[in-house]
Amino acid sequence: MAERGRRRIRVHGLVQGVGFRPFVCRLAGVYGVAGFVGNDSGGVFIEAEGRRPALDGFVAGLAGQAPPLAVVESVTVEVTEPIGEVGFRIVRSAGGALREALVAPDTATCGDCLAELTDPACRRYGHPFANCTNCGPRFTIVTGIPYDRHATTMADFVMCAACEVEYRDPGDRRFHAQPVCCPGCGPALRMVGADGLPVPGDPVTTAAAWLRQGRILAVKGLGGYHLAVLADQADAVARLRDRKRREDRPFAVMAPDLVGAHALVRLEPAAERLLTGMSRPIVLAPRHGNSKVAEAVAPGSRDLGVMLPHTPLHHLLAGQLAQPFVLTSGNLSNSPIEVEDQEALRRLSAVADGFLLHDRRIHIRADDSLVRVFRGRELPIRRSRGYVPAPVTVPWPFPRPVLACGAELKNTFCVAKGVQAFLSHHIGDLENYETLRSYAEGIDHFCRLFGVRPAVVAHDLHPDYLSTKYARDLPEVELVAVQHHHAHIASCLADNGYAGPVIGVAFDGLGYGEDGTLWGGELLIADLTTFHRAGHLEPVPMPGGTAAIRQPWRMAAAHLTGTYGDELPLIRRHRDQWPAIVSMAQTGTNSPLTSSAGRLFDAVSAITGIRDIVSYEGQAAAELEARVDPNESHAYPVRLTEGETLTIAASDLVRAAAEDMIAGIAVERIAARFHNGLATAVVRAVHSLRERTGLRTVALSGGVFQNIVLLELIVSGLEQNDFRVLVHSRVPPGDGGISLGQAVIAAARDRSADAW
Amino acid sequence: LAHGAGGKATRTLVEAVFLEAFRNPVLESLDDGAALDVNGSRMVFTTDSFVVSPLFFPGGDIGDLAVNGTVNDLAVCGARPLYLSAAFILEEGFPVADLRRITDSMAAAAARAGVHVVTGDTKVVQRGKGDGCYVTTAGVGVLDRKITLGPSTVRPGDAVIVSGPIGEHGITIMIARGELDIAADVTSDTASIHDLVATLLDTAPVRMLRDATRGGVATVLNEIAEAAQLAIMVDEPAIPIRPVVNGACELLGLDPLYVACEGRFVAVVDGAHAEAAVDALRRHPLGEAAAIVGTVEADPAGLVLLKTVFGGTRIVDVLVGDPLPRIC
Ligand SMILES: [Fe+3]
Ligand SMILES: [Mg+2]
Ligand SMILES: [Zn+2]
Ligand SMILES: [Zn+2]
Repeated sequence: MAERGRRRIRVHGLVQGVGFRPFVCRLAGVYGVAGFVGNDSGGVFIEAEGRRPALDGFVAGLAGQAPPLAVVESVTVEVTEPIGEVGFRIVRSAGGALREALVAPDTATCGDCLAELTDPACRRYGHPFANCTNCGPRFTIVTGIPYDRHATTMADFVMCAACEVEYRDPGDRRFHAQPVCCPGCGPALRMVGADGLPVPGDPVTTAAAWLRQGRILAVKGLGGYHLAVLADQADAVARLRDRKRREDRPFAVMAPDLVGAHALVRLEPAAERLLTGMSRPIVLAPRHGNSKVAEAVAPGSRDLGVMLPHTPLHHLLAGQLAQPFVLTSGNLSNSPIEVEDQEALRRLSAVADGFLLHDRRIHIRADDSLVRVFRGRELPIRRSRGYVPAPVTVPWPFPRPVLACGAELKNTFCVAKGVQAFLSHHIGDLENYETLRSYAEGIDHFCRLFGVRPAVVAHDLHPDYLSTKYARDLPEVELVAVQHHHAHIASCLADNGYAGPVIGVAFDGLGYGEDGTLWGGELLIADLTTFHRAGHLEPVPMPGGTAAIRQPWRMAAAHLTGTYGDELPLIRRHRDQWPAIVSMAQTGTNSPLTSSAGRLFDAVSAITGIRDIVSYEGQAAAELEARVDPNESHAYPVRLTEGETLTIAASDLVRAAAEDMIAGIAVERIAARFHNGLATAVVRAVHSLRERTGLRTVALSGGVFQNIVLLELIVSGLEQNDFRVLVHSRVPPGDGGISLGQAVIAAARDRSADAW
Repeated sequence: LAHGAGGKATRTLVEAVFLEAFRNPVLESLDDGAALDVNGSRMVFTTDSFVVSPLFFPGGDIGDLAVNGTVNDLAVCGARPLYLSAAFILEEGFPVADLRRITDSMAAAAARAGVHVVTGDTKVVQRGKGDGCYVTTAGVGVLDRKITLGPSTVRPGDAVIVSGPIGEHGITIMIARGELDIAADVTSDTASIHDLVATLLDTAPVRMLRDATRGGVATVLNEIAEAAQLAIMVDEPAIPIRPVVNGACELLGLDPLYVACEGRFVAVVDGAHAEAAVDALRRHPLGEAAAIVGTVEADPAGLVLLKTVFGGTRIVDVLVGDPLPRIC
């Protein structure tokens, strides 16, 4: 007989609200060990006693066989004296000063719950709020820690006896599932009209009927309200666009199931995996030509954003409809999505004909996440519902707790400690006051949730970013200003767990440069601590500043000035204002200089007649990408100027596009030649920097790298030249990833300051 | 040293250098003018330098600008303007005919405002060391009324009034430089507003007045909100602005709220008397387009919010320097 031993064990990571304790009980049964398990605000604590080999197997199984939603970050084991304990039990949760336990992201309805949902014999048959330890709402309903019923918005509902039995039974799938409920005790669904008055009948059936009649519905989801119409009803989709006002942004579509999704878009295996995974993001995939979706759902796009139901409510609604429906964020333009019922009713009644809502409060707003697929891997565009607040782990510990304030548009913030960076949900554009308020509240919430009291606060260099001003107003913290594109490259390094140095290609809309001009087409030699601007696109004036962002044709005017006349259709379209804009560019009147790659895409998009004026950020570039002819191999030549800094003559691309337009070349070929030309120029420039520095690793970041056509061209071009290329797969390349980059830079500077 | 667009950078400079050097209780308020007690009579004293380019523009020149600017600084302190000084820094070779044009318009502006230029100075600098002509004026006025103006008197529920169409001076200057291929039928709004201010003070309980010069109405509103630690909610469609100015702002990519005026003021008045105040202003030739543009509220303290036509609320912030796009 092997000797008995006892172990005091701590499990850290995402181990609460994911069925970890019942799993530990089962594991104890398997190995025949005695003791107990419990939750506290530090994670899961275990004491286990038994024969030595059994104990070893038990400890190894904690990480090795953990339940699907659990993320075990570490298991620490301390040897103690056996006390002759028999049996294994779960002990009560204890509050505590430590706050290291993680809150799980909201998770799509699991197979078991789905089976119950559709089983008439089950007491949760058709229950829109069914969940268990393997699935259901988490982040959006958590109000505090430790993760317990009373610290969620489910505290509003008293568990019935039947639910309580399941909740207390370690053998049950719902053991300590905090949001557990049933039709008898849980939240209630209801339908109301735009006037706020109740609509009789079964809410889901009524909602489905209304949608079939072509009406617009507001549907309360996990992280906020959505607006829904049937995807094939062109009138209804047009009406929705009209009522939401100045919106060209593509709408996402929810397919009832995977078969339905396949009917809409071409899904490679990775896309299918993402679509059906626990996070349930919107997946952007190439749309079939014959898919039954109104043109106005995603105008000017070859792709369609598709998602599958992620809550029982969505399963029920989709099941009744049995066809795809638009599910887009429920907000008025520029405002954050609505989460609060009264506000939603007040503000969305001008858009929606009816509301499908319920009485479970949403504590934290979480927009749908959005991903693309690049080379079989996830390319996050917006990382929010289903992903947040799972930490992004990095190989470099944060010496002191960090808050990184992010950028201005598509803002996220990040709080970090240990080896974990908690990147926030999508906050939005801070210029909107409601958004700014949710930003400040969100930071407080994260700091409480993860027990972080920031000592170091990182912010962008732009003096007028509201996130910069927020940082500067914080008392008693050490501020670290981080250049925007350095943060982009660092976010890519953190995404890949690589410390650099690298040749960083940071292509985006714009960010404040160290020289006070607006950067955005940058080649940086960078590591986590510092960077050097080794090259960039040739700067051009942006006539009218922000106006040039809204009106991409102005960028064309800035490049072309007086080179062409009426032979270029673009100039004919803007004959009235062309000379004025050219004169602004030439005199520098409210025309800040920029090296932005995004603005370069804008210029070409306008020249090709694709987009003269945009209604949302990145529109012109996205529509230019969508037009690329994949069979066109010609690349516009671009001059590189080798100097102390390398300059890429981006105007060559713009003039070549204009010449081709005048020559009557098809827009699709021009779009391709432009992409090919830019990619070739980047590869050549990076090559030249390798000769100067010897670096062979390249990091690609910035919002422009949401463009998978350009990404593929540059990655394959670099790989052919024996470069190692780092791209994003955990955090967005755009400004949604900036705060992670700021955080790791602040930490690296903190570490190197120690070294001095 | 960054060029000041009237934003926070200028403000920071003023606080860091001048306030530090000259600190005293009167200066500390950093008002448009200094309220002084001289042998029992309550006076306001102010000074301002003018460096406009071009010197002559539609609707005015540096001369009447210099008189009106100082008169207006006195007026918004609640004073009746009395006497001005005028100092000139001239570049060697500056045409005397131009100087005469400037002094003539100064004299005319002073006459219209009922003030006298009673002292002055002239310096000539080497060619290339100045832009032709700089003018500095100082002024004194007397406080006839027993009223207290200032941020501490502002209350939630008060109304915010703008005395006329905004942005005309700034746009006129940009176009008058002649570098742009832009034609717009705009003239500077430069004018002495002391009479219009007196009309307002006669009609309604006024909390606070500011002339919306550099940095425009947005900067003034932010100064008020911050000093009073109250919120100002601005109703975008209510802002008086001529279509031609709006069009030019769109073309130039400027937010009219940040464009300079030289004959407009922003007033905070008791909300109950705001309508009457606007009626009275509108009967005055300089106040025809006066309008209530917003209200003072308790929250969010220190911020100016614009309710947009799309139903959102945009933060109207103080710019640190020249406006630079923030979009990525
Ligand atoms: Fe960016
Ligand atoms: Mg002044
Ligand atoms: Zn489940
Ligand atoms: Zn129940």
